[in-house]
Amino acid sequence: MNGLVQGSTYALLGIGLTLIFGIMKVVNMAHGELYTLGAYVAYGFVAVLGLNYFGSVLVAAVAGLAIGALIEWMLLRRRNLAAMDEVMLIMIGVMIVLQNAELLLWGGVAKAVPSPFTQEPVVFGAVSVSPIRLFVLGTALVLLVAFYLLIERSRLGLAMRATFQDKDAAKIVGVNVSRIYTLTFALGSCLAAVAGALLAPVFVVNPTMGDLASLKAFAIVILGGLGNLLGATLGGFALALIEEFGAGYISTAYRDAIGFLVILIVMIVRPQGLFTSKERVG
Amino acid sequence: MIFAVAALVLAALPLWWPDPYVLSVVASAGIFIIAAISLNLLLGYTGQLSLGHVAFFGVGAYTTALLSLGFDVALPGLDEPWVVAPQPVWLAFASAIAVAGLFGWMIGQLAFRVRGAYFVIVTISFAQVMRMVAINWVDLTEGPMALNNIPPLTFWLPGAGVVELVSKASTYWLVLAVALLSYLLVAALVHSRVGRAMIALRENETLARSMGIPVTHYLRIAAVGAAAIAGAAGGLYAHTVRIIDPDVFMFMFTITMVIMVIVGGKGTLSGPVIGGLLFGLLPELLRGWLAPEVQWMLYGTLMVVILVFMPRGIVPALVRRRTRPARPVQSSTPAVAKEVA
Repeated sequence: MNGLVQGSTYALLGIGLTLIFGIMKVVNMAHGELYTLGAYVAYGFVAVLGLNYFGSVLVAAVAGLAIGALIEWMLLRRRNLAAMDEVMLIMIGVMIVLQNAELLLWGGVAKAVPSPFTQEPVVFGAVSVSPIRLFVLGTALVLLVAFYLLIERSRLGLAMRATFQDKDAAKIVGVNVSRIYTLTFALGSCLAAVAGALLAPVFVVNPTMGDLASLKAFAIVILGGLGNLLGATLGGFALALIEEFGAGYISTAYRDAIGFLVILIVMIVRPQGLFTSKERVG
Repeated sequence: MIFAVAALVLAALPLWWPDPYVLSVVASAGIFIIAAISLNLLLGYTGQLSLGHVAFFGVGAYTTALLSLGFDVALPGLDEPWVVAPQPVWLAFASAIAVAGLFGWMIGQLAFRVRGAYFVIVTISFAQVMRMVAINWVDLTEGPMALNNIPPLTFWLPGAGVVELVSKASTYWLVLAVALLSYLLVAALVHSRVGRAMIALRENETLARSMGIPVTHYLRIAAVGAAAIAGAAGGLYAHTVRIIDPDVFMFMFTITMVIMVIVGGKGTLSGPVIGGLLFGLLPELLRGWLAPEVQWMLYGTLMVVILVFMPRGIVPALVRRRTRPARPVQSSTPAVAKEVA
């Protein structure tokens, strides 16, 4: 059950990352920092200002959208996404700046965000689960479905998929590619921030949590195949379950190492990802 | 010529400025410059962005520390624990270079099957796995408790026998010597047939392949060379700091090396040295009047600004200004490829 909760937020992280990569060919090294940002928004709202937790998730979403759009508009647009390596390095620069800004603002001490629910576990037959985890799982699933519908059914989703397939052809048929880029980056960032805000009451919040989150997100995306949304969702759940079982049956100490071992193994055996036959969005 | 003068001036530094603090700062900058020089071989000359370079640095540090301290560790499948007595420091240091090179070869086998983002992620994962092992294999590495009392490096002097390099000046000279050696080694490699093959595959891998250049072979050479030199840097680090913990595998160390190479100018011999001096000495200069977080924000910003406005780094920008009009860069590729094949 913990695996499912963790998996749902992993999926949110992974989808944001894979969307940005798939459409823009940008490897967003700063993804984890947006996740951290979301967590801190929740902390600021609930623990410092004493406001509503649910409101904080919404604010985190808006903040993620805004910062994502800002980064794309200020940095990525200028570079015209020339070389993937250079863009990756630019994102590392952004990561360093964001992470240290977070350290400066909130200090290195981990913070706890109080849960808005009772501690009383909800019991389903043999499994019991705390209400906050249930809420995280539910919200994440709703978001995943909504996002899937957005990509598959809406005009915006159609434009995104067109850009993914061939950005020049998309331009010719009248898609405003640079607007799609901004929206894509903003949406991906938004999902990461929401994941951070959702998980804030479950774990403690600290400024370096983004490092591990970034790396996990990469593991997920690799599992699913870069640029594959469904793959990222499945990859998120798969990684969380592998970690849970690995921690349970092998060693808790190596829990985080398992993720990276999985990446290495998948890379050797099946570099195109487990759930991909060919690259596509959706 | 410039190189010889610079080397002489640097070698004479302890004579005209014998402040031990200054020397230790320059020496620790030097260790990172060595690492940056090694990263430049991969990143600058073959064009492979490795973000796990700290793995070789850490492997070098742990190898030499463990061998010079000695260790015994229980291995699965063995009844007796594996016992290694403390080894002479020079042997441990040489092993560090060899073991790091071996890891470079292994990672090369693994990672060069993929390119671009995938390659980057494999290298990051590898460094992370190494860090987790260093944290969790407490029997061998002492985990977060760190390996203490690592002996200083020794040097054999005619007449004086084996001398421990404990003074700041001697450590400085040693770091300088290794740095010069790595620089010359990389320079020689880059200017050889091997180096031309690397540049050819960086510029256009498909073309290089079609000209009959065995791409993977040259990538492997670059990986082993880069890893071995990074292992030497890690070994120097272990013996000068005298204590190491799993933090030697920190992602931030890789970032430091990458920033040095990028800002200085990747694919130029002096780039990592210039960038390394800048980012090795800047923290000391800024210390006291800027919080470390603000420093890092400054570095991050500088890195982004340089990448956006001066994507080739400081050295090429300076060189181009001196030798205007700039010659076309693109057209040289096929000639290079032809020359190698």
